Amino acid sequence: MSFMLGMIVLLAKLGLVLVGLFLGAGWLTLGERRLLGWIQIRLGPNRAGPWGLLQPLADIVKLLTKEDVIPEGADRLIFLYAPAFVAVTALLIFAVVPFADTWTVMGTRIPMVISDLNVGLLFALALSSLGVYGVALGGWASNSKFSLLGGIRATAQMISYELSLGLSLVPVVMLAGSFSLVDIVQAQAKYPFILVQPVAFVIFFISAVAEVKRIPFDLPEAENELVAGYHTEYSGMRFGLYFLGEYVTMVVLSALVAVFFLGGWRGPLLPSFVWFFMKVTAMVFIFIWFRATFPRFRYDQLMHLGWKVLIPAALLNIVATGGLLLMVKG
Amino acid sequence: MANIEKKESYLQQTIDVFRGLALGMGVTFFHLFQRKITEEYPEKKRSLPSRSRARIVLTRDPDGEERCVACFLCSAACPVSCISMEGEEREDGRRWARWFRINFARCIYCGLCEEACPTLAIQLTPYYEFCDRKILNLVAEKEDLLIDHGGKNEEYNFYRYAGVTMVGGKGSHINEREPVDVKSNLP
Repeated sequence: MSFMLGMIVLLAKLGLVLVGLFLGAGWLTLGERRLLGWIQIRLGPNRAGPWGLLQPLADIVKLLTKEDVIPEGADRLIFLYAPAFVAVTALLIFAVVPFADTWTVMGTRIPMVISDLNVGLLFALALSSLGVYGVALGGWASNSKFSLLGGIRATAQMISYELSLGLSLVPVVMLAGSFSLVDIVQAQAKYPFILVQPVAFVIFFISAVAEVKRIPFDLPEAENELVAGYHTEYSGMRFGLYFLGEYVTMVVLSALVAVFFLGGWRGPLLPSFVWFFMKVTAMVFIFIWFRATFPRFRYDQLMHLGWKVLIPAALLNIVATGGLLLMVKG
Repeated sequence: MANIEKKESYLQQTIDVFRGLALGMGVTFFHLFQRKITEEYPEKKRSLPSRSRARIVLTRDPDGEERCVACFLCSAACPVSCISMEGEEREDGRRWARWFRINFARCIYCGLCEEACPTLAIQLTPYYEFCDRKILNLVAEKEDLLIDHGGKNEEYNFYRYAGVTMVGGKGSHINEREPVDVKSNLP
């Protein structure tokens, strides 16, 4: 009986997260276009429905009804499945993100996280590394030089930034004493970690932007050089899946920033879910703000920043945090 | 980042980088709340200059007669061959187009027909909002094209300068000398 109940609760949470992420990613496309429009002193899409709110639906209908072109000489199987890979890995990360406080209903405590893995942080990092396969394989399977170049760039970029992404989280783990995202949020009961780890926050955020392949790190899709990079040959909903994956990754990485540095769902007065939503929205806004402000890095500058600036800075930060922790606790 | 003239300390460089980034982000953030310069089309329509080229009309001379003399120059000048007509002579000797057809689905609004027209009959107007999903609806016949005024030039009347004289006899065109009596200027 309790198994069935647990199953129902789990399925409900899964549905909530899935629908929330899909809707969030869908309307994020509209939000991004409107914000970019405002920043460029224009209005952005505002024709479909009030304030353009139906624009994502129109886009989805358009993408679904478009022809699904498979280029000649493409590796069919990989070409067809690569976009799904990107979207699935992005969605899976959210399984370990606690999105609200534990909810007590009729004496039963329902944790507002799909799975409280004790290695949740490693799980998230591993999945975000796996996401690059979708991009690299999609680029390779397209049988196009632009796609291939985009895929190669994505691989090189991911390897460089995955390192600083992981290293910047080591101090967070040291402070929280756990890999579980729920425990990390619990450890921030007194103060969010951004106050004690501003350097780690900056490194993590920059690496996260590189991880989502967004401006200023959008080399894998660099329009001006590579047409559209790894998704040059994609059309219809497969192209849409790449985009869905990108936007879901954006939301998920914003959620991770919120969990690791901003105290997750913690906050005064308002309900925990609202705080979590606000923090994620703020981070997403900064992603879009970055896109509206910065030009793209050159390939060597990107590598320079990753290997010669961010990774040493992250390593120094680990040493400094370790030393301070020893001094305080030891 | 690299300063060639004077090597600054890493701290100074880092501060400079973040200062530069923050300044850029400040500019974009300010723009977020600036008044938008977009003109929303169907709600706000700009009045176009009178010489802008869109829908083609056939004009009339000051007497209210059709200016078109069916000379086919517009049809010949048209690079996409969207103008067709059939010319005919009226009982009073004046030429006119029995039917006149412009296929707006094919027209590229280049204005060459207007330049070719010797009688200022065919003119392009700034009116551009007549798109249609049915291409056949875009084929305009003479009655759709004719307007009851002179368009850009109300005064001009081709038959006052050339062609068959509609009023008076020979030599009654504007700027035309009286016909010379051939017997008077024999050597």
